[in-house]
Amino acid sequence: MPTPKYVGQRVKRTEDPRLIKGLAHYVDDVRLPDTLHVCFVRSIYAHARIKSVDVSAALESPGVIAVYTGKDIANKLGPVPCASALPDLKVPDFRPLATDKVLFVGHPIAAVVATDRYSARDAVDLVMVDYEDLPVLVDVEEAAKGITVIHENFGDNIAYKMTSGEGDIDAALASADRIIKQRILHNRLAPIAMEPRGVLARYFPGEEELTVWSSTQIPHLLRTQLALMIGIPENKLRVITPEVGGGFGSKLNVYGEEALLGWISIQLGKPVKWIETRRENMQATIHGRGQVGYIEIGCKSDGTITGLRYSVFADLGAYRQLLTPAIPTLTGLMLSGAYKIPAIQMNITGCFTNKMATDAYRGAGRPEATYVVERAMDLVAAELGIDPAEVRRRNFPAATEFPFHTATGLEYDSGNYAAALDKAQQIAGYAKLREEQKKGRAEGRLLGIGVSTYVEICALGPSQAMPAGGWESATVRIEPTGKVTILTGASPHGQGQETSFAQIAADELGVDIGDVSVIHGDTGIVQYGIGTFGSRATAVGGTAVFVAIQKLKEKAHKIAAHMLKSDASRLSFEGGRYSVQAAKAAAAGTSDPVVPVGEAPAGALPEPEVEGRASLTIQEVALAAHVAKDLPPDTEPGLSATYFFEPKNFTFPFGTHIAVVEVDGETGDIKFLRYVAVDDCGKVINPLLVDGQVHGGIVQSIGQALYEEVVYDEQGQLVTGTLMDYALPRASHIPDFELDRTETPSPVNPLGVKGVGEAGTIGATPAIVGAIVDALAPFGVKHLDMPIRPEAVWKILNSNH
Amino acid sequence: MKKAISLTVNGVAHHDEVEPRMLLVHYIRDVLGLTGTHVGCETSLCGACTIMVDGQAVKSCTMFAVQATESSITTIEGFAKNGELHPVQEGFWERHGLQCGYCTPGMIVTAAQLLERNSNPSREEICHGLDGNLCRCTGYQHIIEAVEYAAKKAAS
Repeated sequence: MPTPKYVGQRVKRTEDPRLIKGLAHYVDDVRLPDTLHVCFVRSIYAHARIKSVDVSAALESPGVIAVYTGKDIANKLGPVPCASALPDLKVPDFRPLATDKVLFVGHPIAAVVATDRYSARDAVDLVMVDYEDLPVLVDVEEAAKGITVIHENFGDNIAYKMTSGEGDIDAALASADRIIKQRILHNRLAPIAMEPRGVLARYFPGEEELTVWSSTQIPHLLRTQLALMIGIPENKLRVITPEVGGGFGSKLNVYGEEALLGWISIQLGKPVKWIETRRENMQATIHGRGQVGYIEIGCKSDGTITGLRYSVFADLGAYRQLLTPAIPTLTGLMLSGAYKIPAIQMNITGCFTNKMATDAYRGAGRPEATYVVERAMDLVAAELGIDPAEVRRRNFPAATEFPFHTATGLEYDSGNYAAALDKAQQIAGYAKLREEQKKGRAEGRLLGIGVSTYVEICALGPSQAMPAGGWESATVRIEPTGKVTILTGASPHGQGQETSFAQIAADELGVDIGDVSVIHGDTGIVQYGIGTFGSRATAVGGTAVFVAIQKLKEKAHKIAAHMLKSDASRLSFEGGRYSVQAAKAAAAGTSDPVVPVGEAPAGALPEPEVEGRASLTIQEVALAAHVAKDLPPDTEPGLSATYFFEPKNFTFPFGTHIAVVEVDGETGDIKFLRYVAVDDCGKVINPLLVDGQVHGGIVQSIGQALYEEVVYDEQGQLVTGTLMDYALPRASHIPDFELDRTETPSPVNPLGVKGVGEAGTIGATPAIVGAIVDALAPFGVKHLDMPIRPEAVWKILNSNH
Repeated sequence: MKKAISLTVNGVAHHDEVEPRMLLVHYIRDVLGLTGTHVGCETSLCGACTIMVDGQAVKSCTMFAVQATESSITTIEGFAKNGELHPVQEGFWERHGLQCGYCTPGMIVTAAQLLERNSNPSREEICHGLDGNLCRCTGYQHIIEAVEYAAKKAAS
């Protein structure tokens, strides 16, 4: 294997220059002449019958070209798809525009098309919708009772019930010395990618081809689904994702607006654009989390866990988006956390409510699992009076026990949980922190230390376990001029794989990183791919790149041997150069002239001069492969390889996060004093990017723990409808992060990488909540529900005085 | 109904007729085609649309184009001069101060103003200065480091 020059280094991102200069193109930056603009009429009620929709005034408004309602698209546009296939799942029919009923605030009712966005927006106010309001269901546990039914044809509000897990849970709990129970909330969150959704669609009537630009994480999956929804052949549909301004799972979806825009463009024969407003984004882009659960954990008096039962009511919202019902099942998969738990049972009741659908938000079910398990470990520690770090340590599988089988049916690939905990405790100065806490308490200071030892499931995943294929694809080409092109089926939108994949390729091919270009997000250019989500792009997509390069090199090796008139076995590849064994080269006294790449005269491509030489660069081999005048027998011209990598298992990154907080005894304000994170994501391609992923994830956890909550009132009105009301973390809210890593390679892929995109949102939340609960332990606090606002803390401080 | 406006954007004079209600950000993006300035919330809460108007960092989504007449504007496209990055742009690249890049132009403009006012800011002062700009990707730490880098670079 060549010596890495780029892999493992803090390489600056190749995608940055265009972004920092303001020259990148997001969907709304793509400008086509004669583009029409779409604005939506959306429901102002959470649950109502539509008695009529009058569009006549809107149609007369200046600049308006057309107004479409649910009736106009009936039987012309398929329903919004859901990829989860769970047994006995109830499937509501979710059309891009409502017809008879609206089921949540923001439910699209009509699409207004006008010559510009101001005119379209004006006309939205002229569409008269006559509603008859219906009883509203907001609370998920209330919904489960089924007194009011949202989808009348189903008879109740329960979309599905599911039980999972292994081991005899009743016996396990019966054998425990103590059983601890806790009700727990996972606050409903809004993903808030800074770039809202947006779609531009252009139909070419002559070619009968439709191009859809969409801010999505899954261009190919979107293409397939849109082809089915719109009824256009998939090979006549091209999806382009230009720059995507963040996703966090919210763009891992297929939305009605995407299909509708494509369909409208076909009707009108003109480009049409819709750019989501932030208010629409809050109302009608998927939310995350939204579970109410009941923990029962059994333990021996030494802290050994005997069993865990978790029963959850999952607030699915009014309809299902792409993965809505699947998210709670991911929670079930990860309930063993970093521990040996002999028996685990997960009971899910997935319920319809009059809200926007929940779906994948960064972590997607795993933050919920980690939160459950880590809160449970803290409760056990508090119950038994054992240090929370120690309780965790007592339940870890040893490093020698991997691959480790869990009672949730998974096989953890590799791990050394104690090593990460040790390192984090050492960096934090854990023992000293506990002393300071004790001293502080005596002085009336409310210091809290929270520990989270998490495991996550990444590199999604083996196709058997995925709704639509879990592999990823890559094509690697060396062009005649020696430049390297990588086409990846992953669809990065901020993660930086244009850089990290170029690092892999530059090392493996021995070329300069500047000679590598990574192309993604255009189904007209890139072979079918699955996309970017579930911390999969590097572990699955990067592996596809790596293996494709090996395939390409096998071919280049044969061509090089032929060109150098050497036996292939006597040829070595180092630093981008095929050389006949060193001894022979020295004897021959030949030097290695560097043939400049890219300076070929116009017209015919010159073949590299090989006579008398003992080595050739792979770029020269590429030129010879394209010119194809003298290739080994039965060799295809060109130098390109494609690989579809199917992972045999998921990967299981892990780590320890330690949060130290101080609670203000007068105001209830919460301040971070320290934040230590030791993460193990396997081998690291680019530490700079990994740090960035961890920082971003932790801050989203800070958001969940302290600030963020999607709030609907009793009437189902979205109270947190703008960024004024939905509080995101800001720069002054964050601690100075102290990051470190342990490195346990994954055996699942040849790169040894595990994935890191979601670690922060998975590992951090319980550490933060644990720290606050710990700070308030003198007040008898054992658990607090998120978001923990100063107001709630203040009440505790003042009710106990 | 349209009103005539005259203003300078990134050193270039523009004379246009716009509807009085046209937002400055839409004028910059849709009329001038300078799409580096982004819209993230339409309510001046996220800062993605921040530009310099007469040397002041302004959220252009809550200002009308007609209010900008006779002013001199710098957008993100005007920050690199003669092929050389502005020190703040360089800091963002060096310190990985961006991921998806959507908030970045606004962040860079705000950070530049922050450094104009305080060439040697503390971490706390940087955080305070950036509080009007939201980023959902980076967790801010690398942005803060990018600003520190730019401050050092400008001082050297």
